[in-house]
Amino acid sequence: MRRFSWFNVTSLTLGFAFLYLPMVLLVVYSFNESRLVTVWAGFSTKWYGELLRNEEFLDAAWVTLKVAVFSSTIATVLGTMAAYVLVRAGRFRGRTLFSGMIYAPLVMPEVITGLSLLLLFIGIGLDRGVLTIVLAHTTFSMCYVSVVVSSRLTSFDRSLEEAALDLGCSPFEAFRLVTLPIIAPAVISGWLLAFTLSLDDLVIASFTTGPSATTLPIKIFSAVRLGVSPEINALSTLLIGIVTVGVITASIVTKRAAVAQARDEQAAERNE
Amino acid sequence: MRRFALIAIPYFWLLILFLVPFVIVLKISLSDVALARPPYTPQLDLSAGWEGLRAFFSELDFENFVFLTTDDLYWKAYVSSLKIALVSTLLTLLVGYPIAYGMARAPNEWRPTLLMLVILPFWTSFLIRVYSWMGILSNEGTLNTVLLWLGVIDTPLQIMNTNTAVYIGIVYTYLPFMVLPIYSALEKMDESLIEAAEDLGCSKLAAFWLVTWPLSRNGIIAGCFLVFIPAIGEFVIPSLLGGSGTLMIGKVLFEEFFSNRDWPVASAVAVILLLILIIPIILFQRNEQKAREAEG
Amino acid sequence: MAQTVFAPWEDPEQKPLIEFRNVTKRFGEFTAIDDLSLNIYEREFFALLGPSGCGKTTMMRMLAGFESVTEGHIWLGGQDIINVPPNKRPVNMMFQSYALFPHLSIWDNIAFGLRRESKDKAMIEERVEEMLRLTRLTKFARRKPHQISGGQRQRVALARSLAKAPKLLLLDEPLGALDKKLREETQFELMDIQEKTGTTFVIVTHDQEEAMTVASRIAVMDEGRLVQVDTPDVIYEAPNSVYVADFIGDVNLIPGTAKPRPAEPEAPAPEPAPAAVEDAAPAVEGTSPEATAQAKVQTDARLPAPNARGEWLYKKVFARFMGQRDLATPQLPPPSPEELAAARKAEAKAAAKPAPAPAPAPKPAIKPGGILIDWAEGQPPIIAANGDPALDGKPVTLSIRPEKVTIDLEKPDRPNVLPGKVIDIAYLGNISTYHVELASGQMVKAQMVNARRLSNRHITWEDAVWIGFTETAGVVLEE
Repeated sequence: MRRFSWFNVTSLTLGFAFLYLPMVLLVVYSFNESRLVTVWAGFSTKWYGELLRNEEFLDAAWVTLKVAVFSSTIATVLGTMAAYVLVRAGRFRGRTLFSGMIYAPLVMPEVITGLSLLLLFIGIGLDRGVLTIVLAHTTFSMCYVSVVVSSRLTSFDRSLEEAALDLGCSPFEAFRLVTLPIIAPAVISGWLLAFTLSLDDLVIASFTTGPSATTLPIKIFSAVRLGVSPEINALSTLLIGIVTVGVITASIVTKRAAVAQARDEQAAERNE
Repeated sequence: MRRFALIAIPYFWLLILFLVPFVIVLKISLSDVALARPPYTPQLDLSAGWEGLRAFFSELDFENFVFLTTDDLYWKAYVSSLKIALVSTLLTLLVGYPIAYGMARAPNEWRPTLLMLVILPFWTSFLIRVYSWMGILSNEGTLNTVLLWLGVIDTPLQIMNTNTAVYIGIVYTYLPFMVLPIYSALEKMDESLIEAAEDLGCSKLAAFWLVTWPLSRNGIIAGCFLVFIPAIGEFVIPSLLGGSGTLMIGKVLFEEFFSNRDWPVASAVAVILLLILIIPIILFQRNEQKAREAEG
Repeated sequence: MAQTVFAPWEDPEQKPLIEFRNVTKRFGEFTAIDDLSLNIYEREFFALLGPSGCGKTTMMRMLAGFESVTEGHIWLGGQDIINVPPNKRPVNMMFQSYALFPHLSIWDNIAFGLRRESKDKAMIEERVEEMLRLTRLTKFARRKPHQISGGQRQRVALARSLAKAPKLLLLDEPLGALDKKLREETQFELMDIQEKTGTTFVIVTHDQEEAMTVASRIAVMDEGRLVQVDTPDVIYEAPNSVYVADFIGDVNLIPGTAKPRPAEPEAPAPEPAPAAVEDAAPAVEGTSPEATAQAKVQTDARLPAPNARGEWLYKKVFARFMGQRDLATPQLPPPSPEELAAARKAEAKAAAKPAPAPAPAPKPAIKPGGILIDWAEGQPPIIAANGDPALDGKPVTLSIRPEKVTIDLEKPDRPNVLPGKVIDIAYLGNISTYHVELASGQMVKAQMVNARRLSNRHITWEDAVWIGFTETAGVVLEE
């Protein structure tokens, strides 16, 4: 059995300390009585109370959630289609352009994406608001979804689809009955990725939003520009908590499934 | 018919919401300030046929680009962005490599947990992660408080609102992008290679330098590009952690657009930023391609 | 062997189930299948055999409908199917990876195809149960594919593809993922199921042993063409080319040049080969037209032994100038009518088929006719009684299986005897293969059954030995 060498322990400890200490401090100071973030004045949950009474934050959170749910859902549908096209549709006119458009947003600076979309929306006279943010978020997050899904599709044994066709499925039935259930985990993680990207996004939302729709990141950004605020700490703690619980749950679920599968397979070989 | 719909729906979505906006940016970057309000003049009047086309093009000029070269704010911002991105990429590599190495050499049962610990921040809001450093680096922040208490320093260090803060912010937020590709390159490596190198007379350090490092090269290159490319256009980090002296093109563009409302110049800034990015993007793609081919 | 031989390909009345008509398949510049025509009959177990990239998988995928046909037509049961999509073809396929749906139970996997075409639950249930019984999987019905072993998965794949009772079942390297022992068992199981269900099977494999075991006929493919289509025994005993001989089993290939064999059939030869050549040399020129004629008739007939027709030929043609033959010389018994009929049917088989009856004569005669092969400078030529005299002067290759080559320390009394030296011995338990280097440097493998225990065997490394084989043991192949 391999063990940690002291060098590895040191580098991992320091590395993870660097990654987690700032967030731990953030969480700790969210329970600080004092408004001054750096002076500890006793434990308190009053900032959470203030946060929940702050209508602006609640409104922004609601807008953000709406945008994230809509955009990630549309992005998942479009991204899965795009992935399927990239991996399975073979050659067609303009394929190079298509794959270029899928990969470009991944490396595109957000300021450029945001600027260009804003100019489009102004050009076609679309009122800026929730709809325009949803369109913008869908566009860049569908590319992430398609990357996640297409990497799963590439490793997907194509003969499974052929078997479905061979047994009498139409191509659409084969997708619905065989491909989709099997790639479902990738589609779900694509959705989660799109959802998080939408929740996080500040720059593109700033460009494409109008006065009617302020998202949480925009709100946070304008608040923290002026300096550290305990309310934002409280808000951050909530968000970090949600993400942590989500990620840990997901990893436990997948690990359980993997362990069960490995156990079944071993049992199967013994039964031979 | 179904196949056509399958291709056409995502295709047109991207055409309209990704490609067309770029064409608009390009066009506005070539237009005049006063006329750059919708419907962005010059307008292409197709009904006028060839004459219309010629009139359209004759109205376009490179004035905005010329303007960018005359005002040294812009090219300084480009150079400074590149410098900041480069330095912070190297710093990220320096911090990230030992972590990736430690993970790849960790006992098998530990690896999934370590991997999850690296990915977890990635799911956490970028903005919050940058914000978390504001409380640490400010003059009355945690770092200065601790250092003063320890007696290491007498007066608070000015880190917040300097380029140093920007470096720290970039290293911190982009660390997972560096660690993950290096980790996956190192994890794939057969450990008996190290044993073979030592068996053939290498010291541990020589074995690392002659075997491990070259074999993790693809991961290193991928990681560096994944940090470098987005860092160039970074906006949130310089505007929260950097000071007035921190020039980064993403910030300049944002301010040009929202404060000065000068759309044509902002568009020209974006076009040049894109041109600068094309080179590392192509190099990155090529590296990925090679790595894929090497894996067969 | 009382039942009638299953050989629909010999019956001109039989309509083939599958007909490839001048089928060509190109992938861009690359021609995967090149103007190929082939008939496959109902109830056949047909094997497509060849190295990877020979086009066998493409053929199968064209039958299943996963590859389009560039040129030509494929008929299945009287219907041109090239434009029929895979889900509308009465063809099912068993995939190399088995392609079991991981999210469905064994039961649902088998029912999958049935549910596509029928809503009748009871019918589906009955059919699935039947398939489970046939493949002995009943107790695994509720499991998921990852919960059963490789061999069981293979049977699920078979059951699923048979469930719809297809006219034609395609098997793509069906046993490739199984270990050797399981594979052998499963081969017999496959044959058994094929017989029970009466389905036509087309199997793709690169494993020649597998093809030989299961198939009624084998098509050997190379670079998108059919090299030979025949029953396993003909493929093995009478390959039509060096490629087939080399691909199927172990073989010695001795290149040389053909020259006519003197018509004197039985130069009483203790020193068979060289003596025969010298004695007969003058006669060669004078008799060559007749010899050619004789050879032509013989090759046309392609009967296994110097039989009735050979007798007739001798009497009518050769007796005139060679005088009456001593009929007392022990000859192979004339073939029985049944044997003759069988031989005529399987034309291609004939060339190399070992003499039908053992005929243990005190001193076997050397069969007349055929050719001599000069294979090395200063060495007596090899007698190949089954060679086509029309090959005279052409470069040929004698292909001879190691098990037909004997090895002795003393010079044996055999039609072809060549001296050599043992270089290597491969001991495989039941048999040993001796690698013998002949004087010319040519390596020849000889196989012996290890009937005796190891300690009793006497031939060892560096021994000077004689290898021997009969005049009909080899097959003469044109380059």
